[in-house]
Amino acid sequence: MEQQQNIPLWKLFLAFFKCGAVTFGGGYAKQPILDREIVDKRGWITKEEVMDYYAVAQALPGIISINVASFIGHKLRKIPGAIMGVLGVISPCIIVITAIAMLFSNFQDNEYVVHALQGINIAVAALIINTIITMWKKGVKEIPQFLIFLVVFCLSLFIGGQRMPIYCVIGSLIFALVYKRIERRVRSK
Amino acid sequence: MIYLQLFWEFFKVGLFTVGGGMAAVPLLLAMAGSTGWFTEDFVVQMIAISESTPGPIGINMATYAGYTVGGIPGGIIASIATAIPGIIIVVLVSRALEKFSESVLVKDAFWGLRPAVTALIAYAAFTIINKTMIYFTKIGTVPFLEFFSWQKVLFFAVMLFGIMKFKKHPVLYIAIAAVVGIVFKF
Repeated sequence: MEQQQNIPLWKLFLAFFKCGAVTFGGGYAKQPILDREIVDKRGWITKEEVMDYYAVAQALPGIISINVASFIGHKLRKIPGAIMGVLGVISPCIIVITAIAMLFSNFQDNEYVVHALQGINIAVAALIINTIITMWKKGVKEIPQFLIFLVVFCLSLFIGGQRMPIYCVIGSLIFALVYKRIERRVRSK
Repeated sequence: MIYLQLFWEFFKVGLFTVGGGMAAVPLLLAMAGSTGWFTEDFVVQMIAISESTPGPIGINMATYAGYTVGGIPGGIIASIATAIPGIIIVVLVSRALEKFSESVLVKDAFWGLRPAVTALIAYAAFTIINKTMIYFTKIGTVPFLEFFSWQKVLFFAVMLFGIMKFKKHPVLYIAIAAVVGIVFKF
């Protein structure tokens, strides 16, 4: 195992670049790759640490794989490490999407591409519904939570606007903190 | 300054994406309408692209929108802007890592955030379904029962069943859907 303080920043960048390049999709898809590249091959941190970082990363604002890369980078080389880890993870995405953006307009009008995209849209709808079902099971268990769901959905449907998602996140956060505090006070009496 | 605007818009996406990939979708759909940098249809396509390429959707959309608006520097600036809130927050939290996840305040916050984010994504799903197969907004303006495409709804049901039952990688379903789309001329 290498001494933690001696891991050069460029090695950190390369390790995360590799993790970023070989996974499809974001979030949890990267966990097995991080285990292999950062834990098994390089021994920089332990598997348990990766799990902890994932647990905390999803309880924080921001994109999960970015947060996890920041945690690991920060653990190894403080702030420069966090920055290099994140740059490593996002660099492959930037390269791939820039290439797609350059090419996309060329074949967007192709008949086969149009039909393929129509089909893909349906798969996306099914994937997103599947995500909602999973999230519903984890997140909507009590009546007040159902009310939050209902209010946020109706606000988005009937009012909408660019800032609505942000207002809803902040609003439900404040509601939750106040409600839970009152609930505890009532119970303790 | 287009770069500043790109930076600010995607910084907000990074900050308010709570709880994983799809949570960025409602923010991106809203941004499509207000900035015109990309269309709502493209957000749907970007979900498929994101499942089939390395990046999370927030970063991917940042790269794409940044590139179309401000070339390669635009793509890089927007992508980094999306990542910055995460880096700042993680650096702040790292010191109190164990205390943080056990904190009552965090648990309370997520008790309320989970249903809110679920609802935001549900609304995003409604938008996508309304665009692709069941045209809710056309109800009343077209002949009875012609506001949806039954072939597409059927295929959607089959897809959803497959996803829930077999739990394979999303890329597989996207590839199948592309082939079905071409064969049946969706």
